[in-house]
Amino acid sequence: MERVAVEKKVLNENDRVAAELRQRFAEQGTLVFNFISSPGSGKTLFLERMLEALPRDTRVAVLTGDVQTDNDARRLARVGFPVQQITTAGACHLDARMINRALAAWAGQRFDLLLIENVGNLVCPTSYDLGEERKIVLLSVTEGEDKPLKYPGAFFKSKVMILNKTDLLPYVPFDIRAARENARRINPNIEIFETSCTTGEGLQSWNAWLRLQLELNAPSRPFAGAGVLQS
Amino acid sequence: MHEMGIAGSVLDAVRIEAGRYPGSRPARVGLRVGEWSGVDRESLRFCFEALVTETDLAGLQLEIDYRERRNACERCGAEFAVLNYETRCPECRSEATRVIGGTELDIAFVELEE
Repeated sequence: MERVAVEKKVLNENDRVAAELRQRFAEQGTLVFNFISSPGSGKTLFLERMLEALPRDTRVAVLTGDVQTDNDARRLARVGFPVQQITTAGACHLDARMINRALAAWAGQRFDLLLIENVGNLVCPTSYDLGEERKIVLLSVTEGEDKPLKYPGAFFKSKVMILNKTDLLPYVPFDIRAARENARRINPNIEIFETSCTTGEGLQSWNAWLRLQLELNAPSRPFAGAGVLQS
Repeated sequence: MHEMGIAGSVLDAVRIEAGRYPGSRPARVGLRVGEWSGVDRESLRFCFEALVTETDLAGLQLEIDYRERRNACERCGAEFAVLNYETRCPECRSEATRVIGGTELDIAFVELEE
């Protein structure tokens, strides 16, 4: 019996494709966010609100993953930006190859911002690098404030947490301070936004942050100055 | 449940390694799986066994080296296991610590038989 050292990541192949994507995004000046959450946390409505508030000349595209149906893509397409549904046919996450295949349909187009809505799942998507600049995790107040502790991987690998559906706080036993503390125990540097996509509360600071990120990513395109901030 | 995909990736990697040593047969594969890798060990074992049966790799054994979450202190250099999400340094109480282990999802080795 001979033991051969391999010393490779199990997801070596996915990571290789993701590294190629990241390189391409950097060359083209595309900022890429990978949104992760449980099913029903409000990802799609959050993305709709985000798209509505972007300056109209922003070149933005959306990839949305679901196990079945193109309902989310149809909802998001109404805002008027290019949207593609990736139907994973049973897989619980998106992987880098799926992103690569989907982008082939937009070959030759350059985007300032690519939003990837992952399959609703707090576990599996955290293992797969999609070439994104950052993962963003959404947690809605109708879930438990201990979710960051139950699913540490998602919160550990995300740079931003959105605490969503805050308009429901008066009606649910959700301790928002505990949720913030739990997330920071897992990831002390995580940035936190509190939003309600129904009342619009908190979206202004989120949108201002987003413009700043766009401007940092492509300093020649003045997003922050394009005054269509909604209140 | 992405453990099926993970198990499939492991088998692909084993085939590639074994291909470098013609005439050998892979008998065992060793993985390192971190506490925060997002992979459930029992589920991975189940999927591995389901996938490996009735293939060219039938009989391949899976060995999992489970790695707990570990941090290192930026101030005093102490290395410690993170228990109950406590990431502060147990030696000097500094909050500036960084992850040094527990996120692994690696193939460490393959054992080959002649």
